[in-house]
Amino acid sequence: MLRKFFASRGGIISIGAFIGVFAPLLQKWGNPGNMGICVACFERDIAGALGLHRATVVQYMRPEIIGFILGALIAAYLFKEFRPRAGSAPIVRFVLGAFAMIGALVFLGCPWRAMLRLAGGDWNSIFGILGLIGGIWVGTLFLRGGYNLGRAQETHTAVGWILPLIMMGFLALMLLYPQIPGEPKSGVLFYSLKGPGAMHAPLLISLGVGLAVGVLAQRSRFCTMGAFRDLILFRQTHLFSGIVALVVFAFISNLFLKQFHPGFANQPVAHTLSLWNFGGMVLAGLAFTLAGGCPGRQLFLAGEGDGDAAVFVLGMIVGAGFAHNFGLASSPQGVGPHGIAAVIIGLVVCLFIGFTMRKKVA
Amino acid sequence: MSDIVDARGLSCPQPVLMTMGKIKKVKKGEIAILVDTDTSKENVSRAATSQGWKVKDVKPDGTGYRITVVKK
Repeated sequence: MLRKFFASRGGIISIGAFIGVFAPLLQKWGNPGNMGICVACFERDIAGALGLHRATVVQYMRPEIIGFILGALIAAYLFKEFRPRAGSAPIVRFVLGAFAMIGALVFLGCPWRAMLRLAGGDWNSIFGILGLIGGIWVGTLFLRGGYNLGRAQETHTAVGWILPLIMMGFLALMLLYPQIPGEPKSGVLFYSLKGPGAMHAPLLISLGVGLAVGVLAQRSRFCTMGAFRDLILFRQTHLFSGIVALVVFAFISNLFLKQFHPGFANQPVAHTLSLWNFGGMVLAGLAFTLAGGCPGRQLFLAGEGDGDAAVFVLGMIVGAGFAHNFGLASSPQGVGPHGIAAVIIGLVVCLFIGFTMRKKVA
Repeated sequence: MSDIVDARGLSCPQPVLMTMGKIKKVKKGEIAILVDTDTSKENVSRAATSQGWKVKDVKPDGTGYRITVVKK
């Protein structure tokens, strides 16, 4: 009964609405502006907390991400859907994850945050969303042309547990080395004293919402990339109704919370270079499509035992390290010194992957 | 004898693409689709239904499912 509901349109709309309400609330409770939830930004903050990059304003072990994966793990076990599998071109998924992150950080947000920025009145996000759709559209051309990364194989249960265990380890580190007010480091973990990394909801609230989203999204297969892809490829509106619900409910919630500030200038954690808001998300959208899911969906898949999605997640975290160490990530002042070059290189890499990996599956 | 689509181990949206391809090719009759995840099971069933096919039955098959769809 419950299983049927989540597979229905009502189910996907419910999860969209849930995220639409709780993301603005997380912002109210402390998360950065229009960033109640952002998978790319939060994985970037995790990379910072671990010291994989040393951008001091974006360092925090975001419990939401940990919750997403563990919530999906719990749901997968509750509903007997945990299926350990791996082996579908993991190295390619790692590289796609890294470039997806770089593209998202040129725009400053994953598709979830693009929707949340729109719902908060940040019109720069429109260019990002158009870029996302453009990138997904290019990806569907490859899919129509026979692109695929080959079959995954069934594997040991423990393989599916690796990323959830890593996340449990991260949570343990956070409890072992909690933030000390005024200190940039606690034990092995880095913490931001200012900037978006210093803005966060209380740990238990972040973790709780993360777990709930993880459970619901695993059940409903919520995917922001799939929403546009299925619309373009099959004229199917199932997943799309989920992101429409997200935007509508986030907009209403922002109105209630007085967090709706329409305009282009002075938007939180955003820049106004439309071309690169667009270009960054073309890269991200294409990489997500070639990898089969948006960054959120990759977390939920990783939670239900998909080792290849787990590799994509690690690729994103490492990509965030590169993005900040190499000056690829944007900031409110504009794109990073090498951000444009990185987008171009990323697009070339994605095209290479798309054109060369189209062997028919046996 | 039904046509078989083996989409096991393939990630989204390959199972749906393969099913749609087969549906376009055979136009009517019976198709069996092998998938390995619940997501693929739902997606394939939804796609076939949207093309006017009926899901005849879904049986566990190994660690996945065998979905049979028909159109008269």
